[in-house]
Amino acid sequence: MSPWLEVVLRAASVLAAFLVLPLVVGQTEHKVMAHMQGRLGPMYAGGFHGWAQLVADGVKFVQKEDITPARADRGVFRLAPAVALIPYLVALAVIPLSPTVVGADVEASAVLVLAAMGVGIIGTLMAGWSSANKYSLLGAMRSAAQLVSYELPMVLAVASVALAAGSLSLVGIAEAWNPWWLLWQFPGAFVFLVAALAELQRPPFDMPVADSEIVFGSYTEYSGLRFAFFLLAEYAGIVVMSLLFAVLYLGGWAGPFESGLGWLWTLLKGFAVAVVVIWLRVSWPRLREDQLQRLAWVWLVPIALLQLAITAVGVVMTR
Amino acid sequence: MSGYVAVAAVLGAGVLLVAAAMSARRLLAPHAPLPAKLTTYESGVDPVGEGWAQTKVRYFVFSFLYVVFAVDAIYLFPWALVLRDADLGMASLAEMGVFIGIVVLGLAHAARRGFLRWV
Repeated sequence: MSPWLEVVLRAASVLAAFLVLPLVVGQTEHKVMAHMQGRLGPMYAGGFHGWAQLVADGVKFVQKEDITPARADRGVFRLAPAVALIPYLVALAVIPLSPTVVGADVEASAVLVLAAMGVGIIGTLMAGWSSANKYSLLGAMRSAAQLVSYELPMVLAVASVALAAGSLSLVGIAEAWNPWWLLWQFPGAFVFLVAALAELQRPPFDMPVADSEIVFGSYTEYSGLRFAFFLLAEYAGIVVMSLLFAVLYLGGWAGPFESGLGWLWTLLKGFAVAVVVIWLRVSWPRLREDQLQRLAWVWLVPIALLQLAITAVGVVMTR
Repeated sequence: MSGYVAVAAVLGAGVLLVAAAMSARRLLAPHAPLPAKLTTYESGVDPVGEGWAQTKVRYFVFSFLYVVFAVDAIYLFPWALVLRDADLGMASLAEMGVFIGIVVLGLAHAARRGFLRWV
């Protein structure tokens, strides 16, 4: 196969995964939330248990009028959804499902994933600032504070895993994984999961989009397809974080028949993590802004540093 | 190197996705801007006066702390690769201990001065 055709095929496959997996997570959320709350969830669209609900939502969003408020900073306002969405596509491209099933195989993929996800935050800030709306501005400021605070424990937790594996490549990290890591890296895994929830601005960390206080935060002025892009970015974010958690802490493709079915194991583990993310949304109340900052700086950063020390000593002792 | 070419291609695919979706919207969605529709949303009240106002950003101390720790994190990643090296391992462990210790001291200082409490 010619190398250029391969590159095009890889990009197309990543794009297909990017358009399908968030819908699967979204539909799962509809159904899991509904059943936890004693409801049925969507039942009509598509016939069987409303499986096409999100497709129908997408069709609806495309047909809605896209409004740019007169006072908004037009260029920035219209660009923001793309800046929020595309980084998750890049992050998804470098997360391996198995040593061979990976969109783009790069050396330092753990660092690249963190860097790409850091860019997505700028989209939220651009949206909040350019809307010229006080709800949006407050939401953007809350987002900025939250994302800055939680980026840190997450980076430290990933650094700890990289240290344990002696590799910055996600493939290398998952290959170095063994079941003892579940115990050894447990504090780091806990920190990563909490920080990932906060980075996604999912409940209980949804202060930046708290509907009862600031309507919908940064996204208040958006409508139609651009609004849908922000929603897609959130669900793509869940996919990326869940798969990343599966690869870093649950061994990715480690499991029976891993030479042939490894990619399926990674997907299943990631899906289980995504269900936990949904479950936490249903069962936890929203954290207040001061509680949220306190949790990051007083608990998560010290736990992550402690994990780093445990990992470093463990690596040197067992060398 | 081909890995990064694929990353660039994925980036291009993302731009194409946005462009294609926006073209579809332009074809399908109505476009009828009215002055009332384009006003800033203020929960149903007409906005009064100048849109831009001064506000106090209270989070700046957190961003300073973040910058300090982000530099710390950048040094951690290369360290992850050399810790297993027999020549560097033990010495780098002690050095990193000192480095992280100083940063933790800074965090403890910030906590003691009340910067981690909400104002």
